[in-house]
Amino acid sequence: MKSKNKKITIALLLAAALIIIIPLFALKGAGFGGSDDAGSVMVEEITGKYEPWFTPVLEQALNGEIPGEIESLVFCIQTGIGVGIIAFCLGRLVERKHQESLRDKE
Amino acid sequence: MAKKEKRFIFAAVLFAALLGTGTTVSAMHIMEGYLPPGYCIAWGIASMPFLVAGFLKIKKLLAENHRNITLVAMSGAFIFVISSLKIPSLTGSCSHMTGTGLGAILFGPSAVSILGIIVLVFQAILLAHGGLTTLGANTFSMAIAGPFISYCIYKTCQKFKASKHISIFLAASIGDLSTYCITSLQLALAHNASGGIMVSFLKFLGVFAPTQLPLAILEGILTVLIIMALETYGTQELMEIGFIRKETSK
Repeated sequence: MKSKNKKITIALLLAAALIIIIPLFALKGAGFGGSDDAGSVMVEEITGKYEPWFTPVLEQALNGEIPGEIESLVFCIQTGIGVGIIAFCLGRLVERKHQESLRDKE
Repeated sequence: MAKKEKRFIFAAVLFAALLGTGTTVSAMHIMEGYLPPGYCIAWGIASMPFLVAGFLKIKKLLAENHRNITLVAMSGAFIFVISSLKIPSLTGSCSHMTGTGLGAILFGPSAVSILGIIVLVFQAILLAHGGLTTLGANTFSMAIAGPFISYCIYKTCQKFKASKHISIFLAASIGDLSTYCITSLQLALAHNASGGIMVSFLKFLGVFAPTQLPLAILEGILTVLIIMALETYGTQELMEIGFIRKETSK
């Protein structure tokens, strides 16, 4: 059971990595813009010129778009918060199991 | 810790509620200002009951057993991580996953509405990604409809005695895809000047769905992986929320 799980985990991780990597190499030179933006383009295509009636609060405060580097910073913070919580919780669980198995041996 | 977290969740709800009658609903990241005000309010109102139910559900989970906070926090964090990663797709554009399937499978769909809206508010304010006016519509698609469909698929698969991991995979990936279907529908309802709702729906779906398909599979894989980790190390927690039956575990 244990080693079967290990194999499944490795296979799944590989599959996950491939899903991300393949498009990058299969479509060299593609822009990889966001599909959310593509959505807004489609809105304009359907309704003609569409003026959004509200601009994001941060862009309003900055009088313009958020600089790209800052945007990736905030995305990293988001990832970091999430990974931190997951790693903290999972780390506790792993250690607990470890301690339990030590106690069982005694 | 729990008190703080509760306060945080409450503050998020309150904040969202204050932003106009119902900006509390969410669809999958419709850009700020791209839905007419009437639709924003309507989707907000539609999400309200789910958010209230979700808030009560999380409160109940924590009241039942304080230790449930581990799984609640992890499901929320999973959404945080997963929805921050922009992944290249075979269509040559990028999109990101929703991560809502995990929470829906563990706690049922209502709890996820609260976890999801936290992420949506974060992204709307700090990243100009999605938006406060479209928060209602975005909540509805990503934090309500998607998880709901995930949950139904999971339950159906269980009824047909499909293997647990395959059920989880299907639930998470189809839930992810349907989030984008709902988003397309929301956009189509608001923008259908040329050719009617159906034509617009298919057009929007044509933008989102092909990009999202590989990502949906990826989301299924990641959700199965984290559940496998929890099954190995968090057996007690999973038993407490009834995900694993007590007698079947060692």
